[in-house]
Amino acid sequence: MDMQSSLLDRLLAAGLLIDTGIDGLYGRSGAFEDVIARFEKLIDVHAPADARPEVIRFPPGMNRTHFEGSGYMKSFPQLAGTVHSFCGCELDHANLLQCIAEGGDWTEGQKATDVVLTPAACYPLYPVIAKRGPLPEGGGLFDLQSYCFRHEPSKDPARMQLFRMREFVRMGTPDQVTEFREDWMERGQALISAVGLDVELDTANDPFFGRAGKMMGNSQREQKLKFELLIPVTSSAKKTACLSFNYHQDHFGTTWGLTTHDGATAHTACVGFGLERIALALFARHGLETADWPADVRKALWG
Amino acid sequence: MSIIEDVREIIASHGKLPVDVATLADDADLYAAGLSSFASVQLMLALEERFDIEFPETMLNRKTFASIGAISSAVAELAPQERVA
Ligand SMILES: [Zn+2]
Repeated sequence: MDMQSSLLDRLLAAGLLIDTGIDGLYGRSGAFEDVIARFEKLIDVHAPADARPEVIRFPPGMNRTHFEGSGYMKSFPQLAGTVHSFCGCELDHANLLQCIAEGGDWTEGQKATDVVLTPAACYPLYPVIAKRGPLPEGGGLFDLQSYCFRHEPSKDPARMQLFRMREFVRMGTPDQVTEFREDWMERGQALISAVGLDVELDTANDPFFGRAGKMMGNSQREQKLKFELLIPVTSSAKKTACLSFNYHQDHFGTTWGLTTHDGATAHTACVGFGLERIALALFARHGLETADWPADVRKALWG
Repeated sequence: MSIIEDVREIIASHGKLPVDVATLADDADLYAAGLSSFASVQLMLALEERFDIEFPETMLNRKTFASIGAISSAVAELAPQERVA
């Protein structure tokens, strides 16, 4: 039985997701959005009360120069999405219309703009913070949320092309950022247990491209730079990563010249919540009608 | 030239190490000496080209590239016999 298409089919039939004709690109219903909004509130409840992050919301597009500088194309060229626009004259426009009318490839003449779709919520942050100068003595802590794009069309509802990622990002000394990550690995498990989902913490690696990527991925695993919380969504055998805990070491610090208050290269880490994946896990586990969810889960989310 | 000398030369040109490779012993930890993940990938590709070999996926890990000695024995294992002689 094809469990993946069956969950997607059930979500579409229930009107929780709305088909656009493109795999991985869906509209969301009010009920679906309410689950995400409530879960985001619950994230705030589980966040450490004494740490006040700076809240920043970037649009889902980022500065192309920053995207290029981040090295994303070295690792994930297959996932990136660039924004292109028509930049021609009136004659070019006439030719464009003719090409469309004839069913030709009208996109050939589109030119790259200065905007790239955000691949992960934290990517626009590092260059912007580096530009402010050295971090304050306690380092930096940020609260982000953004739609992110990854070009990987799929019938698996847990693998959307446009999805939201909530993130907390820590910048500072190696001790400050590794402590932040350890703390969130505990908090993340408590948070997911609070909404009645089974969790499993595991080391992981990003889907780096090609054979060089295999090496990067193995190295990431061996150094335990990435952990994921795995939760059953479309299958209980093959679980889906819904939270990730990433230690970038000095990668972004070196890339952007981000320094601690005393001039050392800053280390960074982030914890990311895949909001659609978590909502999908909740619907898959507790049913498509939120009114029928278990009382303790409803209490955790709706109070 | 022996494999180990070739390996040292390739590390010097592709390893982007903050220290002189000549100062490193064959068993010195290259990661501790500053070898980054990205540089180790470039090193891997340069070794493949120089020795006309292909590292199998099972060898694409940190251990394989941990020291000059480790790299040299991996290369010796993969390189055609006449080149090793
Ligand atoms: Zn991040």
